[in-house]
Amino acid sequence: MKTAHSITGNQEAAWHLETRRIEPDAMQVVFTGRWCIDQDLPSSAALHAELTEDLRRLTFRTDALGAWDSGFLAFLAALRKFCVGRGIVVDQSGLPAGVGHLLTMAFAVPAQKVSDRTGGRQTLLVQVGTETIAFFRGLPEMLHFLGEITLSFGRLLTGRAQFRMSDLWLEVEEIGPRALLIVSVICFLVGLILAYLGADQLRMVGAQRFIADLVAIGMVREMGALMTGIIIAGRTGAAFAAQLGTMQVNEEIDAFKTLGISPIDFLVLPRILALMLMMPLLTLYAGFIGMLAGMLVSTTIFHISVFEYYTETIQALELKHFLVGLSKGSVYGAMVAYSGCLRGIQCGRSAEAVGEAATSAVVTGILLITITASLLTIIYYQLGI
Amino acid sequence: MTNEPHIKIDNLTMGYGDFVVQHDLNCVINKGDIFVIMGGNGCGKTTLMRALVGLQRPTAGTIFYSGEDFWNVPQEDQERLKRRLGIMFQSGALWSSLTLAENVALPLIEYSTLPPRRIDELVSFKLALVGLAGFEEFYPVELSGGMKKRAGLARAMALDPEIMVIDEPSAGLDPLTARRLDDLILELRDSLGTTIVVVTHELASILNIGSNSVFLDNETRTMIATGNPREALKSGDPRVRHFLTRGEA
Ligand SMILES: Nc1ncnc2c1ncn2[C@@H]1O[C@H](COP(=O)(O)OP(=O)(O)O)[C@@H](O)[C@H]1O
Ligand SMILES: [Mg+2]
Repeated sequence: MKTAHSITGNQEAAWHLETRRIEPDAMQVVFTGRWCIDQDLPSSAALHAELTEDLRRLTFRTDALGAWDSGFLAFLAALRKFCVGRGIVVDQSGLPAGVGHLLTMAFAVPAQKVSDRTGGRQTLLVQVGTETIAFFRGLPEMLHFLGEITLSFGRLLTGRAQFRMSDLWLEVEEIGPRALLIVSVICFLVGLILAYLGADQLRMVGAQRFIADLVAIGMVREMGALMTGIIIAGRTGAAFAAQLGTMQVNEEIDAFKTLGISPIDFLVLPRILALMLMMPLLTLYAGFIGMLAGMLVSTTIFHISVFEYYTETIQALELKHFLVGLSKGSVYGAMVAYSGCLRGIQCGRSAEAVGEAATSAVVTGILLITITASLLTIIYYQLGI
Repeated sequence: MTNEPHIKIDNLTMGYGDFVVQHDLNCVINKGDIFVIMGGNGCGKTTLMRALVGLQRPTAGTIFYSGEDFWNVPQEDQERLKRRLGIMFQSGALWSSLTLAENVALPLIEYSTLPPRRIDELVSFKLALVGLAGFEEFYPVELSGGMKKRAGLARAMALDPEIMVIDEPSAGLDPLTARRLDDLILELRDSLGTTIVVVTHELASILNIGSNSVFLDNETRTMIATGNPREALKSGDPRVRHFLTRGEA
């Protein structure tokens, strides 16, 4: 009772595979021809249908086998794994000696059971769902971190926080002066957009000189703080997360913990303080640059005199607008620093995790800015400021 | 070596989520022991070390320091116990924003009332002990991997701890430097009576300095031997011999 079954690739393929029952419960696979990786070799799954329940033993014949390489080995390894899973004994004696040795080596160290992986491909919907759940699951941790920062500020006020002034100044320098160029460019363009937008609308009622009011209030009250906040989220928030994340990878944060030095005091506090110091200044500067752009557009394109623009601006700018802008700036700064440090401290122990921390810091930062911006706008409106 | 238990590990099980890294570990580490943690890559040596120094709560079991239950005493007591430990991390874990001198000085500044001059002298001495005299003003990025490890050791010694926990001191060091570190570890034990827990793979080092050991197995995920490593090599479990002789026995 011999049933033979053969598989070959396309016409020119040099490999050939044949299976036959040599005993009622044993099957032999006969390999002939060239089994190399540069060919279109079959997958071991091609044999799965024939490896039926009643089989107990699998043997090989390779007298007519030509050249072979890891393509052949991979085929056999996968086949062997499948057979072991089904309780079929694989007899390697019919294989060339080298093939047998390499296969034995590959299976010498059993696959280790390692920690759960949350990887793998998932559908978009599942991913969105998982992320959303993860965000809400993360809320207690976010609050906990907020609590730790609050305690740290308490220690700062009572003079017991362990951090170095030089770190604070280093951060201040990194955040402030080095951000001036990008803040200038972006806020100049925003001022320009506001001026054009205003000019178009105000022309209809013949009140073009109010461009100055629009630009001044718009920049000082809202856009200066908002744009600076977003720039700083991308620049400094991401940097904070990457710095602290790298320290996490290098076990530096662990080294602080084991010494009983609070990483929050030593690393997070100076960063938050630096941002809260610099953000109002950057916001002021941003407003100024925006108004400058407005003035440039109004005088050159819409023929409003510099003097007229200047007096309009001075009239429009009440103190309260400054206070609103500055307070928003500080709050956004705190939000950015908080998200940057949070994601950095939460970072895992790999290079990949550092990248994720940086991205996540920017996303969280912008999200928190948007939420607080809306809240503050409503609050200020209610208060009539 | 006295026979006074300094650290006692009792039915310890550690893991990440559902994954058990090691289970049911039991060992006693005496005062003045040099206790070697051995085992293949990924068997959980670093994880055990993290449990010993308070960085990762074990899933079950107890760690006693001089009879105090490390993971279940109040926070401030745990902090006090931690202060008796000096830790060298696998990567050195130097603080990247500080110079070598500042790295070693920070624990002294935090936990002693020494005047700055004395601290400077102590720092220079500790750096010299690990062969890094003259590197005081270097930042960690300016050092090679082996130098970072040695600087990490100098920092671990900063407060003259009762117990030092050292993760793979000689991995990546040249043979002579590795030998010098072994001598230093022996000297710390002999002259200061420090109890030392060290993770290492170096056969020479294990036999040279180890007075006690535990062997963590990768397959059964638990310990398969404990005691003097020289005896483990002679008699002991065949798997330990196999490991220590690079598979030749
Ligand atoms: N943060 C982690 N999350 C999940 N699994 C981890 C983590 N760290 C280590 N592991 C796993 O725990 C096991 C032991 O790791 P480790 O203690 O670092 O081994 P080693 O003995 O080489 O120091 C490994 O299998 C590793 O994959
Ligand atoms: Mg390790």
